Amino acid sequence: MPDLGFGLYIHWPFCQAKCPYCDFNSHVWAKIDQDSWTSAYLKELDRVAEETSDRVLRSVFFGGGTPSLMDGRTVDRILDRVQRNWRFENDVEITLEANPTSVEASRFSAYRSAGVNRVSLGLQALDDTDLRRLGRLHTAREGLDALNIARSVFDRVSFDLIYARQDQDIEMWSAELARALDFQPMHLSLYQLTIEPGTAFGDRFARGGLRGLPDEDLGADLWDVTQGMTERAGLPAYEVSNHARPRQESRHNLIYWMGGDYAGIGPGAHGRLTLDGQRWSTEAQKSPQAWLSAVDQASAETRVALSESEMCQERFLMGLRLVEGIEITPRETDIFSNNINYLKEIGLIEKVNDRLRLTPAGRPLLNAVLSRLFADQPPDNSLSKSSS
Amino acid sequence: MTDLTHIRNFSIVAHIDHGKSTLADRLIQATNTVPDRDMKEQLLDAMDIERERGITIKANTVRIEYDALDGQHYVLNLIDTPGHVDFAYEVSRSMRAVEGSLLVVDSTQGVEAQTLANVYQAIDADHELIPVFNKIDLPASDIDRVAEQVEDVIGIDASGAIPVSAKTGEGIRDVLESIIANLPPPEGNRDAPLKAMLVDSWYDAYLGVIVLVRIKDGVLKKGDRVRFMQNGTVHQVDRIGVFKPSMQTVDDLGPGEIGFLTASIKQVRDTRVGDTITHEKKPCDGPLPGFKPSQPVVFCGLFPVDSAEFEDLRDAIDKLALNDASFSYEMETSAALGFGFRCGFLGLLHLEVIRDRIEREYDIELITTAPSVIYHVFMKDGTKIDLHNPADMPDLTHVDHVEEPRIKATILVPDEFLGDVLKLCQDRRGIQEDLTYAGSRAMVVYDLPLNEVVFDFYDRLKSVTKGYASFDYQLTGYRQDNLVKMQILVNEEPVDALSMMVHRDRAEMRGRAMCEKLKDLIPRHMFKIPIQAAIGGKVIARETLAALRKDVTAKCYGGDATRKRKLLDKQKAGKKKMRQFGKVDIPQEAFISALKMDS
Ligand SMILES: Nc1nc2c(ncn2[C@@H]2O[C@H](COP(=O)(O)OP(=O)(O)OP(=O)(O)O)[C@@H](O)[C@H]2O)c(=O)[nH]1
Ligand SMILES: C[S@@+](CC[C@H](N)C(=O)[O-])C[C@H]1O[C@@H](n2cnc3c(N)ncnc32)[C@H](O)[C@@H]1O
Ligand code: SF4
Ligand SMILES: [Mg+2]
Repeated sequence: MPDLGFGLYIHWPFCQAKCPYCDFNSHVWAKIDQDSWTSAYLKELDRVAEETSDRVLRSVFFGGGTPSLMDGRTVDRILDRVQRNWRFENDVEITLEANPTSVEASRFSAYRSAGVNRVSLGLQALDDTDLRRLGRLHTAREGLDALNIARSVFDRVSFDLIYARQDQDIEMWSAELARALDFQPMHLSLYQLTIEPGTAFGDRFARGGLRGLPDEDLGADLWDVTQGMTERAGLPAYEVSNHARPRQESRHNLIYWMGGDYAGIGPGAHGRLTLDGQRWSTEAQKSPQAWLSAVDQASAETRVALSESEMCQERFLMGLRLVEGIEITPRETDIFSNNINYLKEIGLIEKVNDRLRLTPAGRPLLNAVLSRLFADQPPDNSLSKSSS
Repeated sequence: MTDLTHIRNFSIVAHIDHGKSTLADRLIQATNTVPDRDMKEQLLDAMDIERERGITIKANTVRIEYDALDGQHYVLNLIDTPGHVDFAYEVSRSMRAVEGSLLVVDSTQGVEAQTLANVYQAIDADHELIPVFNKIDLPASDIDRVAEQVEDVIGIDASGAIPVSAKTGEGIRDVLESIIANLPPPEGNRDAPLKAMLVDSWYDAYLGVIVLVRIKDGVLKKGDRVRFMQNGTVHQVDRIGVFKPSMQTVDDLGPGEIGFLTASIKQVRDTRVGDTITHEKKPCDGPLPGFKPSQPVVFCGLFPVDSAEFEDLRDAIDKLALNDASFSYEMETSAALGFGFRCGFLGLLHLEVIRDRIEREYDIELITTAPSVIYHVFMKDGTKIDLHNPADMPDLTHVDHVEEPRIKATILVPDEFLGDVLKLCQDRRGIQEDLTYAGSRAMVVYDLPLNEVVFDFYDRLKSVTKGYASFDYQLTGYRQDNLVKMQILVNEEPVDALSMMVHRDRAEMRGRAMCEKLKDLIPRHMFKIPIQAAIGGKVIARETLAALRKDVTAKCYGGDATRKRKLLDKQKAGKKKMRQFGKVDIPQEAFISALKMDS
């Protein structure tokens, strides 16, 4: 087994305002006492280190919520403790997710001094009307300014765009994406807007509102355009929604997708840890208030041992998101042979040596491919079975 | 035992929702049969499905006692009947057990199709009728107009009609007095040998089969040994009683009375409605005329979504059939759906009721296949087949001709919608037989093929007339026509559960409609799917369901693989609600929805 690395995910659960499409664990609080939150994170870092201090850190990721609401000092104290608890790989990646308002951009150099070496900026759109529709607090101008500041401070800057938005046609998106590519980013995350139940958009959609969302066919066309343009610009997809120049992939996310170990710290954070040969799924208390008090009692996290078949499922679920796919064992090849053959036959997956990956046609159909892969009933037997 | 002259027996009949059960409530209350604290609306509609849908499905008998203005004490037996056409059989046999009927007419609506049908049945049964104009508490009530309609459309004298509000109780005394004054007391001879009519029977978990009887002659007592004349079986009566409406035992039942008996009978099937019950030792001279048995007219397949539940389904159907003689079933195997049952129903509402009960009371999810009627298939070799299932249609080369059941449909409709109704009937291959007017309402009579009506005719009728039309029908007979079996092929494979008999001239239209509907109902798959309609191998309509193009979760939640695993499990659960045909998953609701026509 190659070393898949070890990462640390730190979740900051607060935002300035809740975006109507967002179902991440994010909360809007009037006042946050950064000192007591810092103490809680430090305590959790120590707890996790007790079991993992022998591991070498490949990546630290501050995600959210909006981690760019953290004081520079908070980030500094956390990273200081991280450094004390673990050894780092030479080229350790330390990413922070930032929202692109001017206030937040003003903290970038402090983050850099604290040790952050990569930021991921949530631009989301380059158009003011659409930014407003998405409930964002920044304008397109502010976003681009923040991008410039970020680039002057950090070597590695990525940004996020949400596409397949209301009333967005192919021309509009290609023009917007072309502008984004003109900045010659090293890394880009391009997410199709997902309407999540339980969000403001979800409710509006369920009531029949939120008109003008692309249908499946337009969604697929937008996807195709995105693949083509990013490839031509030298930023092909390396994962479903992530694009990078060679060797500029997010090392942190690669840990998730390749099935490596990561500890999750902060409200609602997930982790996967292999301890004495057993792989565990960990999940922290979701509500910020409950998490804070649970940390006090050293009980912020619950653990579930993953079974062989769950591990296998996760390897496929996460690994097939990568363009390069996953390595597949002879045993797995055997178990899934009927379904794999079927999916190969209809051109959605391919097997190259012992790697299984989606074809370009299969990539936008990952969920359907997975559900076929794990279907109990191989298609070849279906007829004889139902008529017996 | 009550003296004959102090008994009145009557049924309450009306078009659906005109207030029969509510009127029964008031009669029960006005006679203090049930204490006020135990009263609830439509007390007699006791079945869950009746309460939920707000309709009566099963006729109910109640004995009430009334002190009339003449100072005499009377025993009244009332039978509340269902209004829906599917259960018309309940009305006709109830009428056979009584001497008169209250013909309830909603005075805000007027005479409707079932009002008419009820009148014809009453005339058949030689009944006295008392018209009762209900819902006079409502502002839209128009008694004069309704009286005029009753006289014009039905042709009976409306001068004795009683205006009431079954809601407020206004006029209820008048109804009771009119019953005493205008309905004939029953006839009968208490010294003659026992002659009782078996009106109805149903299964009770504690008492076994309960038999509803109307005594014509003689006296029935507990302990008597009685013979059911049609099947010759002899039983010892272990309990007799009356409904108030809860069961109360009595010592004996004499001529003119309606009550029940139990006799440790295990199965409803052992009791035939319309049978004559007499004493074993001292039998009566001969049986009563009996009833025409109710015949299922609509057939469909019921299959469990989860084929592992077949035995549970068998159990559920067995139990339901115990109590419902008009529901027939036999096992059926389908190449695609596996094991299930071919079931016969009185109509579509009956089908829905049974299906609902299986799904809810027995928790079995069902696939319902296309409803069909019984075709008579005449083979070239001179034999005749009763075809209940289009999938069983023999090869055309052996078929000489096919006959289909026809109905006489009576539709009452405000004249502004008449054009739409005529068009609908015409589209459904109808032949107009009559068209008359009563004020601003038209009454049309059409000869229609039952198969064009069975499925969604009533829905369409309601929708083209904004709910203002009413409809009633009777089977008339069979007639030859150019009927063919249309198959539906999904991904080149025939789906037998979607096969149907259609008229050749309507086949293209129906085929196209089916293919279009299925295209919307079947989710996209990873490959494109041709959907075709064909007659004897010749494709007459075709649609193509495009292949799935996008199905991927865009975001990743900070390494939350658990969430993705759950999503996969959810997808799997969703698949369970579908059935696989070759490589294609078809959702269970598709089988019925595909048949709904928009015109
Ligand atoms: N305002 C008013 N509503 C009434 C009156 N009588 C009945 N209703 C209402 O009319 C509806 C139908 O009443 P039911 O008594 O269930 O009618 P039904 O004729 O027994 O119906 P089926 O058994 O289904 O044929 C109910 O909502 C009653 O509450 C009345 O006199 N006045
Ligand atoms: C953890 S989130 C938010 C990070 C940061 N708080 C922000 O809003 O910029 C990471 C990214 O997920 C994407 N995202 C969130 N909700 C989404 C949705 N419903 N559909 C598509 N993309 C979404 C956005 O592009 C967002 O930048
Ligand atoms: S999208 Fe980002 S800023 Fe908006 S609520 Fe979600 S986490 Fe917060
Ligand atoms: Mg009723």
